[in-house]
Amino acid sequence: MLSVKNLSIEFSRYGSARRRTIIHPVRDLSLDIGDGEIVAVVGSSGSGKSLLAHAVLGLLPGNARTSGEILFKGTPLTSASMAALRGRAIALIPQSVAYLNPLSRVGRQVYRASRLSGKCRATAARSTDRAFARYRLDESVKSLFPFQVSGGMARRVLTATATAGDADLLIADEPTTGLDPVVARQSLSHLRELADLGKAVMLITHDIDAAVTVADRVAVIYAGTTVELTPARNFADGALRHPYSRALWNALPQQGFGFVPGNQPMEDDAVNGCIYLDRCPDRTGECRCAQPLRPVGKGHVRCCHAQG
Amino acid sequence: MLKAESVSFCYDNTPWILEGFDFGVGPGEVVGLPGPSGQGKSTLAKVLAGHLAPQQGAVTCDGRPLPEGVFSPVQLIFQHPELTMNPRWKLRDSVAEGHTPDAAAFKRLNIEPAWLSRYPHELSGGELQRLALARVMSPQTRYLIADEMTAMLDPNTQALVWDAVLHWAKANGVGILAISHDRHLLDRIAHRVDESFAPPGPTPPETTCRAAA
Amino acid sequence: MSTLARTPALAERLGITDGRGRAMWVLGLCLAYFATLLLAAAFMGDAGLSTDFPNKKLAPCFEFPFGTDWLGRDMLVRTVKGLCRSLGIGLLAATVSSVVSAALGTLSATMGKRTDAVVTTLIDLVMATPHLVLLILVSFACGGGATGVIIAVAVSHWTRLARIIRAEILQLKQAEFVMVSRKLGRSPWWIARRHMLPHIAPQFTIGLILLFPHAILHSAGLTFLGFGLSPHNPSIGILLSESMRHISTGYWWLAILPGLSLLVTVKLFDVLGNSLRVITDPKTSQE
Repeated sequence: MLSVKNLSIEFSRYGSARRRTIIHPVRDLSLDIGDGEIVAVVGSSGSGKSLLAHAVLGLLPGNARTSGEILFKGTPLTSASMAALRGRAIALIPQSVAYLNPLSRVGRQVYRASRLSGKCRATAARSTDRAFARYRLDESVKSLFPFQVSGGMARRVLTATATAGDADLLIADEPTTGLDPVVARQSLSHLRELADLGKAVMLITHDIDAAVTVADRVAVIYAGTTVELTPARNFADGALRHPYSRALWNALPQQGFGFVPGNQPMEDDAVNGCIYLDRCPDRTGECRCAQPLRPVGKGHVRCCHAQG
Repeated sequence: MLKAESVSFCYDNTPWILEGFDFGVGPGEVVGLPGPSGQGKSTLAKVLAGHLAPQQGAVTCDGRPLPEGVFSPVQLIFQHPELTMNPRWKLRDSVAEGHTPDAAAFKRLNIEPAWLSRYPHELSGGELQRLALARVMSPQTRYLIADEMTAMLDPNTQALVWDAVLHWAKANGVGILAISHDRHLLDRIAHRVDESFAPPGPTPPETTCRAAA
Repeated sequence: MSTLARTPALAERLGITDGRGRAMWVLGLCLAYFATLLLAAAFMGDAGLSTDFPNKKLAPCFEFPFGTDWLGRDMLVRTVKGLCRSLGIGLLAATVSSVVSAALGTLSATMGKRTDAVVTTLIDLVMATPHLVLLILVSFACGGGATGVIIAVAVSHWTRLARIIRAEILQLKQAEFVMVSRKLGRSPWWIARRHMLPHIAPQFTIGLILLFPHAILHSAGLTFLGFGLSPHNPSIGILLSESMRHISTGYWWLAILPGLSLLVTVKLFDVLGNSLRVITDPKTSQE
């Protein structure tokens, strides 16, 4: 469905006064999502996860330069085709009701999302009803304003908005942040249902626990680079191959709550060799060479020590 | 002891968010406060830190009301550090607004000196949160209120930040109130978990909208 | 989405490939235009303003780019002098408005609920009165003439800016970084100086610049309607109202060229204000 190959994004930014610097928030990011699959994109804040979503939706600001390829159903995405697909074949599940129009009733907005995806009035009304039924939202919820729905209901409304238009690829940006565990689980189970209907879901999150429970595969992003792309069960099975993926998992409070000191490279640092070099406990001389993302076992890893 | 005694608070023309609420954190104690969002935990945090004045009741720190116009012994750390930094200031100035941390504090929080000469929009949330902590980890701080302090951070940074904060709190006898929806985290860090906001027994089915209530 | 074509090196070197570089250039060009206008008015002398019957009613030509009127006066000189006069009125109105709006906006946001209610009611009152009616009333009450126009324009344009300042201060008072600063022991005066002023100053400057076009247009409008400046001094309003008598007889340049100059001048102030916003807003200054 979606295939991102060696995506890099750079911005020119003003430092002091007129001096411009080039920053690389995303460097050589690759992943793919198949039909009926949830791929979780995990990483720290500032690792370029959200920029990936913006790049796929064609929402990068004007001063961004990209290289690499984004293929949707086998065809490369251009800025024109992204604008055409956005909201139709590719939909964003927003993070909070702050993304909805505060002055328009909820039912109206789901209907409008459906209309904007190119449906006629009757079909749009039907798919609005279907979306409301699917997420067990009462008929009366339609006449509420966004500020009147809270917690779990808000998540369902947002999911309904994104699914009223029959998109094939759904991008969920941090759908569990700030939610209590019950609501978070519900929100994730909706994503699972969508994937089971054959849709492709990109789940952007820093919540490893959630990602591992619901996703089929997980892409671990570090400083804008894919360091590992692996089946989700490898986390719990202890079969992770990149030291950073292992560090993330072991740092969970319910695991070891241990941490690796140090910081990811800054966006304007030049990186040759391995991107994780400074912090890696197992580094050797070989790590100074460029590290390609290579298939190991059932996944892909960017580490020269990883073995099948 | 940081104490809230029968505190009630509401915003203009809204129902009480906190009503006759009692709460306390001792020196050197780490108290966990779990519970679903929208129940007033963040309001309690702001009341305890003196950002909001309660309509009824009082907040006292070691027996005295919270002082005004001086460095407060009760400091609050928010979920979104980028909002707590003036976007037009270099981070060196933002940190110095609190106190000037020594190199050891920076090292413990894994803060790179290079960050200080940058602006807030050039750093990530995890980096900014550590600078926000460095700003308030002064000897004058007696109580730290962490309102979802690490909810936006990845597990590795979360563990790193809590390690530094707990180490500092222990060394200085600082009391901590940790507000989080992550039970596992609270079980790790807290000496005692306060259930005031947690639903009793098994979690009830999801409540409906506020308008219908 | 393959690698984007690299923009030509010249554009890169001039810095017009990004929003901020473009805004800088636009800003420079606007300022150059206003400087030219002022210099031209200073060096032109008054020769073109005296009657010169042999050269009356000439269409635009090389010697008289804007043509001449029925008394043989050089329309270019009259237009330039008229625009300068308008700029002067704009400056005066902007200065008065800035003082009034800064004072009222700050009072409203910092002195408690009752002051706020009084000031906001006053703002609403001034804003709710039809603008032109208010202008005419004030100008009439002040005895008309140049003084009348200046006073009328000055006392009727501060409302929008006062509102912006009030809203900005109220928002900043609630901003988390200001709350934190207070708890770090900073005094209200220190916070006002270090946190709030740097935020409000650019907003204020931009609001002020965007006030110019209004003031200029309204002074021209009042004069056009006959409430304003004396016909002996060149001013855009007078030029336009005089030209009304001649436009039907084919002397198009008497109306079109001064009118277009007014439009360009006003538009450039707008552009100037917006470029300044792009440069000073941290959100857009990076693009």
